[in-house]
Amino acid sequence: VSAEEWVRMYKAMVSQQEMDTIFYGSQRQGRVSFYMTATGEEAIHIGSAAALAFDDPVYAQYREAGVIMWRGFTKQQFADQCFSNVRDLGKGRQMPIHVGSSEHHFHTISSPLSTQIPQAVGAAYALKQEGRDNVAMCFFGEGAASEGDFHAALNFAGTLEVPIVFFCRNNGYAISTPTHEQYRGDGIASRAVGYGMHAIRVDGNDMAAVYAATKAARELAISNSCPVLIEAMTYRVGHHSTSDDSSRYRSIDEIKKWKEDVDPISRFRNYLEKEGLWSQDEDTQLRSDERLEVLKALEAAETAGKPSLEEMFTDVFDEKPAHLVEQEEAMLAHIAKYPDKY
Amino acid sequence: MSLKRILTPLPAASAPLRRQAAAMSTAAVTKMNLFTAVNDAMRIAMKTDDTAVVFGEDVAFGGVFRCSVGLREEFGNDRVFNTPLCEQGIAGFAIGYASMGKTAIAEIQFADYIFPAFDQIVNEAAKYRYRSGNEFDVGGLTFRTPCGAVGHGGHYHSQSPEAYFTMTPGLKVVMPRSPAEAKGLLLASIRDPNPVVFLEPKALYRTSVEEVPDGDYEIALGKADVMRTGADVTVVGWGGQLRVLEAACDMAEQERGISCELIDLRTLMPWDVETVEKSVNKTGRLIVSHEAPVTGGFAAEIATKITERCFLSLEAPIERVCGYDTPFPLIYEKYYVPDKLKCFEAIVKAAEY
Repeated sequence: VSAEEWVRMYKAMVSQQEMDTIFYGSQRQGRVSFYMTATGEEAIHIGSAAALAFDDPVYAQYREAGVIMWRGFTKQQFADQCFSNVRDLGKGRQMPIHVGSSEHHFHTISSPLSTQIPQAVGAAYALKQEGRDNVAMCFFGEGAASEGDFHAALNFAGTLEVPIVFFCRNNGYAISTPTHEQYRGDGIASRAVGYGMHAIRVDGNDMAAVYAATKAARELAISNSCPVLIEAMTYRVGHHSTSDDSSRYRSIDEIKKWKEDVDPISRFRNYLEKEGLWSQDEDTQLRSDERLEVLKALEAAETAGKPSLEEMFTDVFDEKPAHLVEQEEAMLAHIAKYPDKY
Repeated sequence: MSLKRILTPLPAASAPLRRQAAAMSTAAVTKMNLFTAVNDAMRIAMKTDDTAVVFGEDVAFGGVFRCSVGLREEFGNDRVFNTPLCEQGIAGFAIGYASMGKTAIAEIQFADYIFPAFDQIVNEAAKYRYRSGNEFDVGGLTFRTPCGAVGHGGHYHSQSPEAYFTMTPGLKVVMPRSPAEAKGLLLASIRDPNPVVFLEPKALYRTSVEEVPDGDYEIALGKADVMRTGADVTVVGWGGQLRVLEAACDMAEQERGISCELIDLRTLMPWDVETVEKSVNKTGRLIVSHEAPVTGGFAAEIATKITERCFLSLEAPIERVCGYDTPFPLIYEKYYVPDKLKCFEAIVKAAEY
């Protein structure tokens, strides 16, 4: 990895953090209905994303925004989705942060946990059938790894011998549930043995380590057409979402400790500065630039129009069947009758 | 049954392009039972689509109902393979494979065991296109699963769960009544660019035999089949129940001179409202019959919709002849099912109202 690349990765982490800070604030201001930050996990997003090929299909959970951003999904696109505006690729149908883009090979996020894990296995099978030089990349948290779909998926991946990297973000909490109440075994990595696959546990707050682990896992998965599990240990510095107040179940001291001692961004910045690749002035400028960019995107997203009402009935099927045509007509007629009420 | 009765001409204006049998007027046929017809459909699907794969529990050796016999030998073990014993895994895997633009033919060994897969089917497959704004879809996905009473199945080898899926926007639900129907409908389902739940009445696998056109043909989804025309009562069903209803209609004709118009819905979602509406406007009386429990079963949807559409034509309340609201009981099966006599009684009641 070149020096330029490391710096680019660092900037991406900062970008993610700034975006999170401002979007979170915008929800508090009532501008966006909901948001989820990934504070403290930026190294996981960027470290892993940078180790993938652009067209490795990604099946994520919801706290992996940095991955799609690394691929070029813009702040504007992210803001558009959060505001459910006319430019949202998802046509305003889902809650904020449920992004997806075929251009960026990032499958649309869905709220049910762990459903993406066996899906990623199916995608990996497709890659294998095509003989492609790709892996399916699947992200999930340690809480989601308790779901049946996780176990189903790992078992399938092993028996069907597919090129997949399972990436577990072990961030200490599933909403309010700490890991001690989530599992008793040795984390998630130990489960890999039971399902017949390689595993590695890595410091999730060390971006270089995450990068190296992902790169190695990817190569192994492709060359052997086999699954590999990565468990990245990290800490969810922020609340679960804007609907959560984590001070109700954990101490401020605990958060402070993780934030100050092992923050992934500070750690990497220290490294870059020591190597003479980065400076405090550049950092200040970067943060200021990023903030401005996000604010601009927010404003533009907020003032853009809502998706057309006609999009309510499209995409249920590839074509609109008769009963949906009827329902749409009835709805539009009703609204036309009460134009001021809607 | 003549060839013409089996293959319904497709309305040119509305249906997407479908390929017909190679030479409709002089089509070659082979006598087949239901599992052979299903097998034939899958073979053709796999021949014409390199991405098509068949998987599920025990499909490799031919399947517990022999639906996948010979497929592995012909297409290889990368295209026909066993999965571990896990329906939620089968469903999730199928969705992922289809989400990459491929064709996934996933078998759930018994419809009674589809429920672990329910989350994947309802929350994921059905919503994949809509929630992504059409960035992604799983149109290449078809679930195949044996359903229905078989004489000795009890709670967990007899269920007809179609109604759970009809209430899920984004899924198509199909149930064939016979081998020739099954082949055409399955090919249409596999090729339909939407996820389809294809339910196969297991009691018919061996016992339903007819001449099935050779070669590649499809029967359009969303289009009902008027199996016989009649003047007095419209009778609607799907799947295995049509054999029962045919017998009940014959009995009504012979013993009471009642002329029944018998309709096979074929596709439950989306269902052919127009065909049933047209029939009930003519007859004024409707019977809907299915094995699944009566309360909340799909007959309720049909009855309500037809009441809305045909209120002024109706001469009698719509009758439903269905399973009772109990789990499917082993020893009481013959009392439980909506048999020929119960259907006959309903037809007479409606006709004489």
